Order: sequence, then structure tokens, then C-alpha cells
Amino acid sequence: MSNRIVELEILRYNPETDEEPKFQTFSVPCAEDWVVLDAINYIKDELDRTLSYRWSCHMAVCGSCGMMINGEPMLSCKSFLRDLPDRIRVEPLTNFPIERDLVVVMDDFMDKLDSVKPFLIPREEKTVDEGEFLQTPAQLSKFKQYTLCINCTLCYAACPQYAHNEGFVGPAALALAHRYNLDSRDVGRSARADVVASNAGIWECSFVGACSEVCPHGVDPAAAIQQTKIASSVDYFRDMLIPGRRS
Amino acid sequence: MSRRPYIRPVSKVSWWLSQPRYIRYMAREASCIFIGAYSGVLVVGLIRLSQGAAAWGAFLETLQSPVSIAFHLFALAFALYHTTTWFNVTPKAMPLQFGQTPVPGGAIIGAHYLGWILVSGLILFLVGV
Ligand code: FES
Repeated sequence: MSNRIVELEILRYNPETDEEPKFQTFSVPCAEDWVVLDAINYIKDELDRTLSYRWSCHMAVCGSCGMMINGEPMLSCKSFLRDLPDRIRVEPLTNFPIERDLVVVMDDFMDKLDSVKPFLIPREEKTVDEGEFLQTPAQLSKFKQYTLCINCTLCYAACPQYAHNEGFVGPAALALAHRYNLDSRDVGRSARADVVASNAGIWECSFVGACSEVCPHGVDPAAAIQQTKIASSVDYFRDMLIPGRRS
Repeated sequence: MSRRPYIRPVSKVSWWLSQPRYIRYMAREASCIFIGAYSGVLVVGLIRLSQGAAAWGAFLETLQSPVSIAFHLFALAFALYHTTTWFNVTPKAMPLQFGQTPVPGGAIIGAHYLGWILVSGLILFLVGV
């Protein structure tokens, strides 16, 4: 272990005793290859066992360790200490209520994700015995980037629209809706439209683009939302101009 | 154990000062104010033109005042900022793909600049410059 001492200012909140959250600073001796999550695990193991936070995979896959690190939403298991200053401020993801310490309440996101039907809605159901729904590599490449979303909600923490409009369906859920809408095996676009193409859906987005900048997997929710705006505008005009199109 | 989730307050007024990316966004949005104002100047110019040679001459005179020149420089700067920031995000809104190969974002942005130059050239040609 190197001699580098990193000061971690962690926003703590205990719902049983605290009126509001407050910062607590810990000095952590860090190794060269540590990420912020390692330093937090050190605090939990060696300094204060009451510290609460979420993590699982330690490899940027499960999406559970998102935190504000020096004001930026990041995965703490992907944020190397060597890229950060000696004093690091760690807070729970913004735009979500704090359950305890670094743990946030994600119910709102879960409900919104559910509301866009983020699953394949095929033309007709098939049993496993009947075989797969086939797809060419070109068809897959249309939406592949959106399948990389790990539901870490960093994009919700970055989005000022979500901060100010509680009802906004938000970046990840809309990107996932787009992912299925683009899927050649899926016919669920109109079933998703009630939520996706509503005022609380794509039209709440003013294209700040922060969601795409903070995504740890290079997914581009801002792009998905703008493309959905165009597609739903085309739908609107077709419905208006072609009689009987909308049944 | 009781649940008592804490909701952090969000400033309605100064939120956009907290991150450089929010400031860039607000600058892009604010640029439309100058473009709107410049459109207003053009409309006034048209009205003055319809009122005869003397009115039009007075309008041209006003355009040469220092305040007017300063406004036009501001409006030009914001118009350029508005145009370039929106052109730069066009590959996100309108991605193109041939088979498995996506068209590079630079080509989509470049096509917009090319269109801009062609349309500007056509307008200059039509007005006889
Ligand atoms: S611990 Fe799984 S993403 Fe960080």
C-alpha cells in the first residue's frame, strides 16, 4: 500500500437520528490502483461499520455503486483515485431522495422503467421449442448501444429536467424504450407511445445532453430521445394526413 | 426501523451555475433571444421599406449607430454559437446507417455546413451580390 492519504468527505444521513445530512471526513491510506469504492470499503471495514452504500460487482456491470464524486455522477468502482485529488467529496446521487448515507431511494426510477415496457413485444408469441426470433447483424447494430445500459441512474442524477420535473420519465427509461422500438423483432412501439410520446416523456427533454456525457457505458440517451421525438412527430402527421390510419 | 427519506432542495434559479455543461446549455438556449431580436430588426426593416425611400434611408441610418453595430456583433456571435451547437448535435438526432456501417458523425455535420454554404450562396446570388 502506498503512503498516499486521501481525505474522503462523505455525506452521511441517518434517518433515525439526523434532521438533515452532514459531511463526515475520513482519512484513508490508499493503494495506487484503488478506485473510490475501495476507499469506501476501507472505511466500512476499518473505520466506521455503520456507513451504508450499495455495490456488488466492482467491475462497472451491476450499476449499483453510482455516487456523486466531486459533484459528478460516477460509478465509484470505475473512478480511480489516481485521477482524483487528495480531497474527494462523495455524496449520494442527486435528484433522488436519500434513504441512508450513500443509499438513495430508486422506486421512482423503477416505476418509470416499468412504465415504458422495456421488454420484447413480438408480433406473435413463440414457445422456446418453436425456435428463436432471428435477426441480422445489421438489424442488431441499429440498437446495440442501448442494450449496454446497466440502470445505474447516473443519467437521472445528471439531468436538470428530472431535477425540476418529478414526472419526467427520464433518460435511461426512454433510451430503453427506444432500444425496443428499434428492434426488428418488436412491435410494441404504439403500446409504449402513451408514456414515451407524452408530455412527461420525450417532450419534457430539452436536450441538455448531460445524460449522455455521464453514461459510464457510452450509451447515448439524449440521442435516443431526439430520435424518438422525430419518429413520434412523423407518426403524428401521418395520423393526421392518412385517413383511418389510427384505429 | 423507520424510513424517512431526505429530499435535497434544488435551486429553481441558480441550478445551471453548478456545472459547466449546464452553463453551455443555457448559453445555447439564450442564443435564441438574440436571433429573435435580430429577426425583429429585419421585420422593422421590411416595414420601413414599405413606407418609402425616406423611411428606409432613416432605418439604414439607425443601423449605423454604435449601439446598433454592437447589437449586431452580439447577435452574430450568438447566431454562430446557436448554429454550430445545433449542427454539432445533428448526428444524435438523425443518425444514418448503411447496412452495418454507421455514417460518421463528422459527415452528417459537414453536410449541414455544406447546405448552409449553398443556401447562403444561392441567396447572395438571388439578391445580386
Ligand atoms: S459495483 Fe457494480 S457497477 Fe460498481
